[in-house]
Amino acid sequence: MPAVSKGDGMRGLAVFISDIRNCKSKEAEIKRINKELANIRSKFKGDKALDGYSKKKYVCKLLFIFLLGHDIDFGHMEAVNLLSSNKYTEKQIGYLFISVLVNSNSELIRLINNAIKNDLSSRNPTFMCLALHCIANVGSREMAEAFAGEIPRILVAGDTMDSVKQSAALCLLRLYKASPDLVLMGEWTSRVVHLLNDQHMGVVTAAISLITCLSSKNPDEFKTCVSLAVSRLSRIVSSASTDLQDYTYYFVPAPWLSCKLLRLLQCYPPPEDGAVKGRLVECLETILNKAQEPPKSKKVQHSNAKNAILFEAISLIIHYDSEPNLLVRACNQLGQFLQHRETNLRYLALESMCTLASSEFSHEAVKTHIETVINALKTERDVSVRQRAADLLYAMCDRSNAKQIVAEMLSYLETADYSIREEMVLKVAILAEKYAVDYSWYVDTILNLIRIAGDYVSEEVWYRVIQIVINRDDVQGYAAKTVFEALQAPACHENMVKVGGYILGEFGNLIAGDPRSSPLVQFNLLHSKFHLCSVPTRALLLSAYIKFINLFPETKATIQEVLRSDSQIRNSDVELQQRAVEYLKLSSIASTDVLATVLEEMPPFPERESSILAKLKKKKGPGAVSVELEDGKERGELNGGGDRGGDAAIAASNASTPSPSADLLGLRSTAPASGATPSAGSLLVDVFSEAGPSATSAGVNDDGFLRFVCKNNGVLFENQLLQIGIKSEYRQNLGRMYLFYGNKTSVQFVSFNTTVSCPGELFRSTKTVEPLVEGGAQVQQVINIECLTDFIDAPLLNIKFRYGGALQNISLKLPVTINKFFQPTEMAAADFFQRWKQLSQPQQEAQKIFKASHGMDTEVLKAKLLGLGTALLENVDPNPENYVCAGVIQTKAQQVGCLLRLEPNAQAQMYRLTLRSSKDTVSQRVCDLLAEQF
Amino acid sequence: MIKAILIFNNHGKPRLSKFYEHYSEDTEQQIIRETFHLVSKRDENVCNFLEGGMLIGGSENKLIYRHYATLYFVFCVDSSESELGILGLIQVFVETLDKCFENVCELDLIFHVDKVHNILAEMVMGGMVLETNMNEIITQVDAQNKMEKSEAGIAGAPARAVSAVKNMNLPEMPRNINIGDISIKVPNLPSFK
Repeated sequence: MPAVSKGDGMRGLAVFISDIRNCKSKEAEIKRINKELANIRSKFKGDKALDGYSKKKYVCKLLFIFLLGHDIDFGHMEAVNLLSSNKYTEKQIGYLFISVLVNSNSELIRLINNAIKNDLSSRNPTFMCLALHCIANVGSREMAEAFAGEIPRILVAGDTMDSVKQSAALCLLRLYKASPDLVLMGEWTSRVVHLLNDQHMGVVTAAISLITCLSSKNPDEFKTCVSLAVSRLSRIVSSASTDLQDYTYYFVPAPWLSCKLLRLLQCYPPPEDGAVKGRLVECLETILNKAQEPPKSKKVQHSNAKNAILFEAISLIIHYDSEPNLLVRACNQLGQFLQHRETNLRYLALESMCTLASSEFSHEAVKTHIETVINALKTERDVSVRQRAADLLYAMCDRSNAKQIVAEMLSYLETADYSIREEMVLKVAILAEKYAVDYSWYVDTILNLIRIAGDYVSEEVWYRVIQIVINRDDVQGYAAKTVFEALQAPACHENMVKVGGYILGEFGNLIAGDPRSSPLVQFNLLHSKFHLCSVPTRALLLSAYIKFINLFPETKATIQEVLRSDSQIRNSDVELQQRAVEYLKLSSIASTDVLATVLEEMPPFPERESSILAKLKKKKGPGAVSVELEDGKERGELNGGGDRGGDAAIAASNASTPSPSADLLGLRSTAPASGATPSAGSLLVDVFSEAGPSATSAGVNDDGFLRFVCKNNGVLFENQLLQIGIKSEYRQNLGRMYLFYGNKTSVQFVSFNTTVSCPGELFRSTKTVEPLVEGGAQVQQVINIECLTDFIDAPLLNIKFRYGGALQNISLKLPVTINKFFQPTEMAAADFFQRWKQLSQPQQEAQKIFKASHGMDTEVLKAKLLGLGTALLENVDPNPENYVCAGVIQTKAQQVGCLLRLEPNAQAQMYRLTLRSSKDTVSQRVCDLLAEQF
Repeated sequence: MIKAILIFNNHGKPRLSKFYEHYSEDTEQQIIRETFHLVSKRDENVCNFLEGGMLIGGSENKLIYRHYATLYFVFCVDSSESELGILGLIQVFVETLDKCFENVCELDLIFHVDKVHNILAEMVMGGMVLETNMNEIITQVDAQNKMEKSEAGIAGAPARAVSAVKNMNLPEMPRNINIGDISIKVPNLPSFK
């Protein structure tokens, strides 16, 4: 008998759905929906009390309308009323509506909580499950406050039905994820762990998710789960279990549970107890053996279930990374899968091998599959699989196979999908640099990269090749020759022109002896590309030309002619015009000695982390490129040309070296503030700084920032030209900031442009401002901010404008700090101390002892602590001199409860500040911020 | 953790959406569209996994999907789930639906959204797997139906009318689609724009 008979349902609903389905156009559909919404609304508002059946019908209609993507802004109250019905059908539809439509901020939560409370205490398992589902679906903080104490009790009580236990376990997990500070570990910890031994496999399945999450957060408290998990796994794998019930899926015993058990074990190091470890190794061997047995069924479901366990077992083996025997077997197994006819298995095998490649035991074994992987990159039909193949090639690359892999990746790049090209370019650039034995190969590779995928070569990549050529004098001649040849192609990418211009400007003399690349030929070649290029590239070429005058005095007349032409010296772009004028003057009045000093070859760059690697990390997130980091030594060697470079060059390098965080080559870096008079040193800077000599600029201005930790409004920045005022407000994890730019002069600012760059943890939207700010006027800009997760770096505001022709460039940190997202929490002394004790792990606490830098006036201190955003709790600390505060930081990802204690010592004029929160980075950040305030 | 479960048809019309993380209603609709766009352009017989769309977390998350006749079943999961395990779960879900509706078709999902939600709720809760045993799930659903029947009373009468309306909407012959060992009869539905 089918569980749902075809006939039951509601006629009104069915008719409505049919109507919608018969609508010929979107407009007709909307019209019909609006009619229905009006009808339902009037029914709900009408005087006649609706019976449960009608309420249910209307709520169902609303659900259907919602699924079609229309907003539903009423009916919530009716749904809440249905919750208190005694009829299952009505209650159930009420809960369904709430799970689908009510979000955690609703004001209805209190009413819903009441209904849930009744159902939880009803002892009717069906009602209890409905209530638990609702809590798990909404998962709001209010619900956690109301039920976090009750649910563990239901979970471990002896008389709870199995189905309720299952729901309770996952409900608790949800609350723990949403509000970890409210779910108190304690006496129930060990009883939860013992659920792994429960008779009912469904209970174990649900409980194991809870245990996995809790043990990844508190490994020590839950470590007894390891031996329990091993013995449960062993019983399943060896089929010794007699309690498998119906959990055999296509001839595979309890595949889901086995996977989860293997995942749980990945939270821990290998078991120390020899017996447990022996049993586990036996399990893993059995799983690997089973993979070789003939399948018990030809169904794909059978092989999927079997292989799901196998892949988890392999993950565990890789995680332990201590059993060479198992590692090699795992690698061989994956090798088989690489050639399997199932695409899914090939995909997963490539993915698992990526992690295997970083193990020293199996790296060599992984390498033996190189041909298969290359073949996958070439022939797989599915881009997801090709991408995994490229990842694996990257992971298995080392000195011995780098040339082959880079060559394959380069040839793949010609046909690669657009979506992955940029990442591929970065990877090729990194591998080429990391494993370069001879640098001519490196230069060839990067130039090929630009040739094949020029559009996807980011600045970091071509900066890097120049950096390396400058630092390695053995490759300079080759580089000059190669770029010269590359530039001869009739169409070459602008990035190639940039690299070519730079390198020939520095090292063109090394190939000038050959009449085929005589100075004039070189210059004409470069100049033939000039008119096709964008302004920044033209600026770079002009600098290359002035360097030519120094390198090859015979080109001076030709180049001066070019600089003197109207298209240069009267160019509408200020930057180009300025360079043309200045270079022309420089070349005509300076003596050869002065020229030679000013246009000295670039000094070597200081050693630093490859900016390409940094970019890839940013793109893929930390962890994705961790394989690379071990290899710092080789990188050092690559940049280690530091023994070269004369004294003058060093002096210049001090002036021109950007700070490590700034861009390579200083193309984007700001000129030093002292650069007003063009001395020899600073001119060198000017040559390569985009901003040009007249730009006044400052580094990131920081002073305003700390003043705003405890307040939201005020003047953020002021100089002779510009005043920036700020007003901001925050609610939950959202914030809005108004910036007021005041022009203090009587002259208008033109090209006024602001950009806000946010760290990834914040999301912001900005309206652009008008490019003109009249003298004496003020313009306003609104920035909306959303805090996704906790963060340290503040957003940067960059303001550029021209004032009387001079480019002004100001960078400021916007005072958006993590404490802005505090919500004050009032609590009694007992509560406070209980929570304080819970947050007792060393990393949860941050403490600072520091000297008072202002007076220790009580009212001022209180005002600052309130300004921080927390609730100032009176009568909690036994010592009345001390202050304690509590608050919750609201981010989109999670809420972080935070407790604070400030102990002033008036005699010593010192403070001790202690922060405890459920997240270590938050404790530290809030502590750092606040310590600057007193 | 399972971030979202989406069912939509070949034209991208949502038939079920269940999000286990909070998004605004707008974003949810955008995610459905984005996911449809990503999944529907893939050939048959390629692999069942791909990286998630930008809106639902990009490469942090994976989309694991199966295409049954007119419907796509898509689970969006984070890295803590086994891909093949989720594929099995989709199969369990579909087989359960098939048992509960007796040869499930797209129309069943349209006319019984509440039932589908209930069946799903017996399998997945708060983004975690609650139960994988099909018999257990069906037992629970059966028990609920019994309760519903006993409460039905006067509301039972219109039921026949519903089946009439439903059959009215089956203009073409059903065609049999083989999914593993069960076959779901899926009628060729008029497109639902």
